[in-house]
Amino acid sequence: MAATEKEVMNEASAKENSAVRQDLDADGILTLTMDMPGRSMNVLNEQLTEPFAEAIERIESDDAVKGVIITSGKKEFLAGADIDGIFKITDPGEAYEAARAYQGFLRRLETCGKPVVAALNGTALGGGLEMALACHYRVAVNNPKAKFGLPEVKLGLLPGGGGTQRLPRLIGIQNSLPLMMEGKELSAEKAKGAGIINALASDNDDMMKQAREWCQANPKATAPWDAKGFKYPGGDAKHPAVVQVLAIAPSMLRDKTKGNFPAPENILASVVEGSLVDFDTGLDVEARYFADLVVSQVSKNMINTFWYQLNALNKGDSRPKGFDRSEVKKLGILGAGMMGAGIAYVSAKAGIEVVLKDVSQEAADKGKAYSEGLLDKGMKRGRVTNSQKEELLGRIKATDKVEDLSGCDLIIEAVFEDRDLKASVTKETEAVMDANGVFASNTSTLPITGLAEASIRKDKFIGLHFFSPVDKMPLVEIIVGEETSDETLARGFDYVQQIKKTPIVVNDSRGFYTSRCFGTYVNEGVALLAEGQNPRAIEVAGLQSGMPVGPLALQDEVSLSLALHVMTQTRKDLGDDYREPPSEATLRKFVEELDRPGKKAGKGFYDYPEGGKKKLWPGLAEQFPPAAEKLSQQEMIDRMLFAQANETARCVEEGVVEKTGDANIGSVFGWGFAPHQGGTLQFINAYGVKNFVERSRELAAKYGERFEPAAILVKMAEKGETFA
Amino acid sequence: MSEAIIYDAVRTPRGKGKKDGSLHGVTPIHLLKNLFDAVQERNALDTSRVDDVVLGCVTPVGEQGADIARTAVLYSGWDQSVTGVTQNRFCASGLESVNLAAMKVMSGMEDLVAAGGVESMSRWPMGSDGGAMVMDPRVNAAMDFVPQGIGADLIASIENFSREDVDNFAVRSQQKAAEAKAEARFNNSVVPVKDVNGLVVLDHDETVRGETTAAKLGELKPSFQMMGEMGFNATALRKYPEVESITHVHHAGNSSGIVDGAALTLIGSESIGKELGLKPRARIRALATQGSEPTIMLTGIAPATRKALAKAGMQASDIDLWEINEAFAAVVLRAVRDLDIDIDKVNVNGGAIAMGHPLGATGSILVGTIIDELERRDLNTGCITLCVGGGMGIATIVERI
Repeated sequence: MAATEKEVMNEASAKENSAVRQDLDADGILTLTMDMPGRSMNVLNEQLTEPFAEAIERIESDDAVKGVIITSGKKEFLAGADIDGIFKITDPGEAYEAARAYQGFLRRLETCGKPVVAALNGTALGGGLEMALACHYRVAVNNPKAKFGLPEVKLGLLPGGGGTQRLPRLIGIQNSLPLMMEGKELSAEKAKGAGIINALASDNDDMMKQAREWCQANPKATAPWDAKGFKYPGGDAKHPAVVQVLAIAPSMLRDKTKGNFPAPENILASVVEGSLVDFDTGLDVEARYFADLVVSQVSKNMINTFWYQLNALNKGDSRPKGFDRSEVKKLGILGAGMMGAGIAYVSAKAGIEVVLKDVSQEAADKGKAYSEGLLDKGMKRGRVTNSQKEELLGRIKATDKVEDLSGCDLIIEAVFEDRDLKASVTKETEAVMDANGVFASNTSTLPITGLAEASIRKDKFIGLHFFSPVDKMPLVEIIVGEETSDETLARGFDYVQQIKKTPIVVNDSRGFYTSRCFGTYVNEGVALLAEGQNPRAIEVAGLQSGMPVGPLALQDEVSLSLALHVMTQTRKDLGDDYREPPSEATLRKFVEELDRPGKKAGKGFYDYPEGGKKKLWPGLAEQFPPAAEKLSQQEMIDRMLFAQANETARCVEEGVVEKTGDANIGSVFGWGFAPHQGGTLQFINAYGVKNFVERSRELAAKYGERFEPAAILVKMAEKGETFA
Repeated sequence: MSEAIIYDAVRTPRGKGKKDGSLHGVTPIHLLKNLFDAVQERNALDTSRVDDVVLGCVTPVGEQGADIARTAVLYSGWDQSVTGVTQNRFCASGLESVNLAAMKVMSGMEDLVAAGGVESMSRWPMGSDGGAMVMDPRVNAAMDFVPQGIGADLIASIENFSREDVDNFAVRSQQKAAEAKAEARFNNSVVPVKDVNGLVVLDHDETVRGETTAAKLGELKPSFQMMGEMGFNATALRKYPEVESITHVHHAGNSSGIVDGAALTLIGSESIGKELGLKPRARIRALATQGSEPTIMLTGIAPATRKALAKAGMQASDIDLWEINEAFAAVVLRAVRDLDIDIDKVNVNGGAIAMGHPLGATGSILVGTIIDELERRDLNTGCITLCVGGGMGIATIVERI
């Protein structure tokens, strides 16, 4: 008896705590409010689907229910599926069943015979939007912050809850493909324009009123694809106009992905194949392609890095604990060149008062004009209003007077990479800035501890390494010098987040983490060229490996003379310890003998005809006669990826990078390491540490000791460890 | 093993493959009936002695669908004992019919086979039958699919054929075809297309332009540039990583013409020829097909030809005349280079650039063209070869009797 009583009690409290509230009004309209206890957002998992399934049974069986409104008790509607659950799945059968279950559940809702309205009070993404698509009508509050879309592709997945079947049937194959293949997120207004949302509401009350009215006006609702004579808007995959697009779609896609990302390919396949069969068979096709992606290495890599590690990083995993969150109020920037001007823009955009100082007023003004240029571009595209522009520009003071830096709580030095110059501006600035302020150097190569010697407060000296172009590149590499205090690090971290960039934290070393590892990619490309591999094939291998630009083009961008300058400086600094990179002799030849220093000069590995497209310099064939052994593309790809990954492992070994997430995110966001691999260390994990060590030794035997696996990898392989 | 002897080869004239083409109003089955009638008449053929009819058709849908070979047998009033099979080896289909017929006869399992093909490209445009390599994105991606024209431009880019090179080749094709037409060199095999009343609809190849010049062709815009730049070039260049860029040189004037047409040959053993009093014209010495890299698609000619030559125990230099299908100018120029042959022996009466390429029929047409010309010049051996979609090549070596 007691037990039964307890069960009843439990059931009652479970209902109260249920993630889905049911409210039936006098008109027979049942409102289902998703409101998961103990969470700030609704997320699709069993805690939500179980009470939802109960509600669906009631909708199907209870005659008192005449119509249904689904909404959320949270700020957002439903942000998508539970990634933890998906990440754990390694059996395709399990993934398939999971998709079938959610599909089946939404299908019951869709075919219940009663009108079902999605009342979208906020963001509906992924599985959340799929739920809304299974409803007969969608009304959304016109809140500019709310987002609607199917972004699964960004984690290497596809919308497996009917999204690839419903969206193309709703708005057409050609309109739906980019939304799913690129994972675009739309505002409510844009989603309405695209035909995804039926109506906009001014607020929650208006939304509920409209939802109720639609239910009452449409007592018997069916989805368009369940109605007789349904035709795809714009035609199905047999329609000649669509066939024409499909013939080139894989080429266009692979031009971007190089075939490295299975998710957009599976989305395309699911949409196309699904359009050639009935709706329910289409769902089955979708579930099979979904399962293929769930267990794919690429999606595991992407979820690992761009979900878990990025979230941890953004939550401040690498930020020292115990310091209050700080905010920069007045920022001083020394040097109004490309980097300084970019930093000024992103900081002013984040609402920070900026003093942009250079040696002359003219140079400083030029730096400020960079922001104006970006804003004008934004205005042309309708993204920036005139008042926003004026406000932002108003925050930037261009000056040549050091006194204007007084009161700055953060200084970022972005002057030329010259120790003496950096030392002198440090001294000059520290004399006027806020006594408690932080001094940061945006150096990309010079060790921070050495630069800090010029400072009178070495504990407040830090490295903030930005990437070019600053307004586009998402990463800032924070470099901790020997005497940099935890508080300074925390303040640097907070500033990077304040300007909405992603911070990684590394310890001081020559080239830090990103510049050092990035260099190995370019080196390897130049080494291949020197060995007599075909230059075009080298560039293609770089792109095929997943890098955004081929190594030779990249070397031209960076400039051969700059790379050579850094090498020469390093050789001087290190003396006997210097290990000559395999590209040095070639760079020297190009800069000193052939006078081909890079893109800026209009000639490097490429020629840059004015107004024309760059072309590989025809003289390359003469400089580097073709090797007897032509390497396969895969062999070259391996060399490029292994060089970068192995150097990252060395950085871990030397304590330059401490957190796996910092290394992975830094590699992808910082220098564009193959995102489908999930970063340099994840590449090693996925390859298998033991396999990586073996392959590295093979490469070392063939191409040189630089491929000898880092000692840490050999140890890990012996112990069967991976980078956690 | 029996010898496979070619007793007859006829074809329709080729009509422009568009709405304003002379054969647009003629059904494909009617094109075939004209030829079935002609073969029967010219050879006083007891059709019940024919074992099988093999026809090529690349777009076997609609009125070209449902085994048009058997349909043509019955519609033309041939004996109902004659079976029919329709096959598709893309552009090689017409020659494939001849080769299959030859192999049937050589094996001794059949004695007399009619072989040919049909394509009404104005009524059923290329691609009307879909196909996984185009419309199934997974297959398309796995194959690194690009349209043939991109493959042809890729060949030109790799071989450094300039726009002038390919245009000059096209002009020569037109001039040779015009000359052959003026001298009525095709009259032995061309059977005028007649309507149900017996009125002539078309009696000559209607796309020949002998007056064209390199300057005129030079004005035409490249046909595949836009689609190439939209994405297909990237696929081709990933497959050929050493090629820096693709130069688009092909256009309507130096590519095979889109036309309507059909062809039919009669192939049998020596003994049945004697029995039925058929006049032997040539024997099939060897034949071959060979797969090649599918993205560039059009480089199968040389390997297939080498395979056939090896079977025949011959060298390329033993061949007196060549018919290399003019799918695109660069394809022929590359084949000539690959096989190291004299271009003056190639397509001496012009080719598909001038007269058109009715996909399912062309190979059979070329069999008739080459035998007629071997006879006219009193030469001995000929080789017919075509590049084929999906990366294939086909070749057949014939020898006059």
